[in-house]
Amino acid sequence: MKAPDLLELALRNLREARLRNALTTLGIAVGVASLVAMLSLGVGLQELVGQRLDRSGLFDSIVVYPRRDGRGFERADARADGENESLRLLTPEIRRQMESLPNVAEVFPEVRFSTQVRWQDTTRFTSVAGLPFSARSNEAFDDMLGHFFSSPEAEEAILELDFAQELTPQPESLLGQTVVLRYAERQPLGTDGNADQWGFTVQRREKMLRVVGIVRRQPFGGWRNFARGELFIPTALAERLNTLQFSTVREAVRAETTEETYGSLIVRVSNPARVREVQQAIRQMGLATYSILDAAESLRRFFIIVDLFLGIFGSLALAVASLGIVNTLVMAILERRREIGIMKALGASDGDVKRLFFAEAGVMGLLGGLVGVLLAAGIGAAINFGTGYYLQRQDLPPESVSSLPFWLGSSAIVFSILVSLVAGIYPAARAARLDPVEALRYE
Amino acid sequence: MTGNDSLIRTEDLTRYYRMGPSVIRAVDGVSLEIARGEFVALLGSSGSGKSTLLNLLAGLDRPTQGRIQVAGRDLSTLSREELAAYRRHQVGMVFQAFNLVPRMTLEENVELPLRFAEVERSERAQRVQQALARVGLLHRLGHRPSELSGGEQQRAALARALVNRPSILLADEPTGNLDSRTGEEILNLIAEWNRTLGMTVVLVTHERPLAERYAQRILQMADGKLVTNGRAQ
Repeated sequence: MKAPDLLELALRNLREARLRNALTTLGIAVGVASLVAMLSLGVGLQELVGQRLDRSGLFDSIVVYPRRDGRGFERADARADGENESLRLLTPEIRRQMESLPNVAEVFPEVRFSTQVRWQDTTRFTSVAGLPFSARSNEAFDDMLGHFFSSPEAEEAILELDFAQELTPQPESLLGQTVVLRYAERQPLGTDGNADQWGFTVQRREKMLRVVGIVRRQPFGGWRNFARGELFIPTALAERLNTLQFSTVREAVRAETTEETYGSLIVRVSNPARVREVQQAIRQMGLATYSILDAAESLRRFFIIVDLFLGIFGSLALAVASLGIVNTLVMAILERRREIGIMKALGASDGDVKRLFFAEAGVMGLLGGLVGVLLAAGIGAAINFGTGYYLQRQDLPPESVSSLPFWLGSSAIVFSILVSLVAGIYPAARAARLDPVEALRYE
Repeated sequence: MTGNDSLIRTEDLTRYYRMGPSVIRAVDGVSLEIARGEFVALLGSSGSGKSTLLNLLAGLDRPTQGRIQVAGRDLSTLSREELAAYRRHQVGMVFQAFNLVPRMTLEENVELPLRFAEVERSERAQRVQQALARVGLLHRLGHRPSELSGGEQQRAALARALVNRPSILLADEPTGNLDSRTGEEILNLIAEWNRTLGMTVVLVTHERPLAERYAQRILQMADGKLVTNGRAQ
């Protein structure tokens, strides 16, 4: 029998015992709905946390340090690699090399320096930190006053609220105002390529900056060392200022090059999933790295386990529903015994009969899957509405904790069909084995 | 009759059933030949094994021993799949209980064998109409069996048996549930197809007058054995 005929007959048969088949299909739908709703919750929570973590900027970044010589396993590493033990410095050349690695979005230095800030008659001593333009999506800027830097090299400043309050009791009034930054600029001495004569002069400079924003909390939760400061300026601008930094002295003492070097560099990876690869590539270059992923491994494991458990509980409901299919189809065989005999007498092969019952199971699975996914979408919407309402009453922004992505919905339907087909194996085989003489025997 | 033009030939055909400790010899060493285009009646009382013999001829059942050849092919050597194909293409069956599928309309019932035979959709409607026209039920296409009289149901069953253009028609007490006048109508149709289409007919019945009136030859069965093998007058 051809597939369209098979499907037509299957649909026809299903329309016959309408109530029973509808209830069976509904059973599958409830099973699929519970499975999908559970997984939606898992996926939603994961997305929620994932988004938070992504936006924290902690999980897509790798901090790169010069390879320290002569300490512990790193030294053993270097030996094993057959490299010499000399220090790998973070030169502009190395920075360019890292920028050209695959999946690297940007590489920028940590810039942090001491400064004196003057506004009207008030003067305060504080530390300035560079912020890359890409940090604008960081959640610290969600509820800021004013706005983020208007361009990557804008001569603008963002103040921390506490610091702004030190300057004036009405921090808002600072927005749009100009503050003056006094800092130490370094000027390299001419060395004619002789590393021993390398050095620099320090000179006092001033820079006028427009205050564009005030933040309530530290960007990156204060986790990234470099981003700790009370006044933030764009990293590109900070680099151009060529300031004397905390690390400069250390560099000057141990430098083996006349080139300017970085104390550390931040590598931002375009996709958090690629962090490990990039980290590996940078280590291959002979540099030391650190990413928070090293610490976050257990978090990922936790989510895999959560998903697993939600999936198991959801699958149980579907397993129960599949027993309903077995039951319905076995009933159908008893009822349609004679009909099966007739079909065989008319030339239906065992395979035809088997496929017909399979098709009926498959159609129930398909319909149950479709209805189930719709139900799950409804449940998810209800959960989101409920949590949204609850959060609102707690004066918190609404979050969506349940998420039903397309892949989940479509694979749930496929899964439902597969489970139904498996449930149909026994009834279909039994129907196919039916002896036509027995089935047609006059009652 | 020469063996050359025989369509059906059985040799020592035997079918035993096991029922608990006892063995029932439903068909017990039957050897017969039926020629192409012949109209044969299998006559016998109930339990004589005639229906079992018919089921063996139809390929619905398998012999315990002996051989059954149709058009030169030994049915006992065919696989289940091949037997289904044999039923699909070479055999048409009608039953005492009509055996129409009650949830389907006449049209769908008659179409069923065409679906199994994978006949193109476009050709089907035409063949269904032709078959139903032959039995005079064209006006009943969309009716369900329960809306028809017994005679009409049996005519529909005949149309269904005919639709795949089989070479053999096997009829198991086709008039058993009908009054004598409608029964005659049915047998007239069968006899007509035997004459005009050259269809070989095996009619199972327990009514001697009917057998004598329609069949060219009567095979009488008792206790699973052929007792006479004679020509009707």
